[in-house]
Amino acid sequence: MKYLYLIFSSLRRKKLRTGLTILSIMVAFVLFGYLTAIRQAFVAGVEVAGADRLIVRHKVSLVQLLPQSYESRIEQIKGVENAAHATWFGGIYQEPRNFFAQMPMVPEEIFSMFPEYVISDEHQAEFLATRSGAIAGRGIVERFGWKVGDRIPIQATIWGKKDGGRTWEFDLVGIYDGAEKGTDTSQFFFRYDFFDETRAFGQGQVGWYTVKVSDPDRAAEIAAAIDAEFANSPQETKAEPEGAFVQGFANQIGNIGFIIMSIMTAVFFTILLVAGNTMAYTVRERISELAVLKALGFTDRGVLSLVLGESLSLTAVGGVIGLILAWLLVSMGDPTQGSFPVFYIPTRDLLTGVFLIAAMAFVAGIIPAIQAQRLQIADALRR
Amino acid sequence: MTADDADGILVRVGQVDKEFKRGSEVVHVLGGLDLEIPNGEFLALMGPSGSGKSTLLNLIGGLDRPSEGSVEVGGQRVDQLSARKLATWRARHVGLVFQFYNLMPVLNAQKNVELPLLLTRLSRSERKKRASLALDIVGLSHRAGHYPRQLSGGEQQRTGIARAIVTDPTLLLCDEPTGDLDRKSGDEVLDLLQALNKEQGKTIIMVTHDNHAANRASRILYLNKGQLSIDPVD
Repeated sequence: MKYLYLIFSSLRRKKLRTGLTILSIMVAFVLFGYLTAIRQAFVAGVEVAGADRLIVRHKVSLVQLLPQSYESRIEQIKGVENAAHATWFGGIYQEPRNFFAQMPMVPEEIFSMFPEYVISDEHQAEFLATRSGAIAGRGIVERFGWKVGDRIPIQATIWGKKDGGRTWEFDLVGIYDGAEKGTDTSQFFFRYDFFDETRAFGQGQVGWYTVKVSDPDRAAEIAAAIDAEFANSPQETKAEPEGAFVQGFANQIGNIGFIIMSIMTAVFFTILLVAGNTMAYTVRERISELAVLKALGFTDRGVLSLVLGESLSLTAVGGVIGLILAWLLVSMGDPTQGSFPVFYIPTRDLLTGVFLIAAMAFVAGIIPAIQAQRLQIADALRR
Repeated sequence: MTADDADGILVRVGQVDKEFKRGSEVVHVLGGLDLEIPNGEFLALMGPSGSGKSTLLNLIGGLDRPSEGSVEVGGQRVDQLSARKLATWRARHVGLVFQFYNLMPVLNAQKNVELPLLLTRLSRSERKKRASLALDIVGLSHRAGHYPRQLSGGEQQRTGIARAIVTDPTLLLCDEPTGDLDRKSGDEVLDLLQALNKEQGKTIIMVTHDNHAANRASRILYLNKGQLSIDPVD
C-alpha cells in the first residue's frame, strides 16, 4: 500500500499519454462487456435448455407442421415422460419491429414441461379458465407496459382466422418470471384449443414437440427411437436435445461465438500493443530515476514490482471503468428492441474481464519490468 | 554500522581493480588501489575527468562491484554481498548525494525525502515525522510541499541531502554535490555537509573537481590513472 502513491505519481508524469492509454483500454473493455452480452443473448437458450428435454420437429424443416396425434405416440415410447407441443404464431404487435415470440400451447403442458417459467397459482388458474387468455413473460410485459387484464391485439402474418380476420385478441391473464437470470421472459403463450378452433387452416397440426425424458443419459437413444417411430411416414421427424436445437437456431445467423471472439482478439491485441508501448516508454524515460531507486536500496525485485504495479494500475483503471460502463450500457436493455430477450453480462464473463485486466497488465508490463530489474545502477546513472 | 577495528577504520579498500568493457576494448579504471577511511572523516576525492573518482565512490557505496580486490565497510565485505543483501545494506548504511540531485520530479520535497523510508517498517506518520526532521536539518521545512521544478538548484541539492540523511546512515557519499550550483548555493551545501560531519559524526566521501569545495574536507586525496596520492595531479 505504501508504494501506491509512488505508482500513481509515476502515471501522472505524462498525463495525456496515460489518459489516452486508459481511454483505449476502457473502450476495449466496454466492447468486451457489450459483445459478451450479445454472445450471451445467442447462447442463453442453450445454457438454460433442459438436459432432459428433446425437441422433435419435422425432418424437412421447422416450418413444416407435424400432426397433433404424434403426441400420444411419442409419450408411449419407452423413456419418454411427457410431451408438449407448440406452434410458431409469428404475429405483429402494433408494428413489425416489436418482435417477440408468440406460441399457442396447452396450458397444463407449459407448466409441467417448463419449470423455469415461474407463475403464480392464481394466474395459472385464470389461464386455464379463459379460452382467449394468454400469459407473458416479465420482460415483454415491462417492455410494452402491459398489465394483467389488458387485451392484447396481435396481427397474424401466418394464421388467418376462419372469419377472414387477421387480428387476434388475447386477454392477458398472467405473467411468468424466469427461475434463472438466463430464462427467456420475452415469450407470449396463448391457448392451443382457442387457436386450433379459430385458425383458418391447419387444424390438428402443430409446429414441434418438446419431450421430457426420464434419463438424460439416454436422450440420444430415445431421440433415435422417436425418429424410428415416424420413419417412412408422410411427416418424418428429427429429434435432438433442446440445447442442440437452440444452438442450431442461433447458428442460422452464423457462428456468433467465433465472430465475437475474433473481434475481441483483434481489439485486445491492438490494445495490448498500446499499453505495452506506453509501459516501454515509461521505463525508457525513467532509466536514471529507476537507478536512483535502486541506489537508495530498492531491490531488483522491488523495482520489477513497481513497474508491474504501474502496468496493473494503468490497465485496472481503464479496464474497471470500461467494465462498469459496459454493465451500465447493457443494463439499459436490449438494443434491438426485442431480438435479444436475454441481454446481460454473466458474472463469469465479468470475472473473465477482471482476469483479462490482470493478464493485459502482466503482458504489457513484464518486458519493461524485466529491463528495469536488470538495470545496472552505475551504468544507468551515467546515462 | 561501526568502525571495523580498534583504529576506527570505517572503509577499507584493498587492492581494488576495476575494468570496463567498451566494445572489444578493456579499459582499466582502477588498478591495485588501497584506501582506508577512518570513521567520522570528511574525505575529498579529486582528480581529472575519467580518473575513476566516481567509480571508486560507486564501489564503496555498493553501486558497483570491483573486478578484483575487496571493499569493506564497517567490517562488511560489500563486494561479496548478493544483489538483494547489497540493496538492503545500502538502504541502511549509505546516503547518496548526486551532482544533478536526481529527485523524483513527480514527488514533492517531503515525499522525495520519505522515499528511502519506504524500505523500512516505519509507520506512515513516523516516516512523515522523520522526513520533516531531515528537511528541517537542511533548512527546507517551508518548502516541503514544493516539487523539484519549483525549487532552486541549491534547494534541490539540500533536498537531496535530506533524502541521504533521513535514514541516519553512517556513510555519506557525495558525487560532485556542488558541481551544478553557483558559488553561494554551493557554499550552503558545503556548510551543511561540514555540519553533518562535525556535529553528527557522519563519515563523508565527496568527489569534486572544485578546490574550494575540497578545502572544506578534513583530508584530500588525488586520483590519477587509477592510483591515489596525497599530492595534486600535475
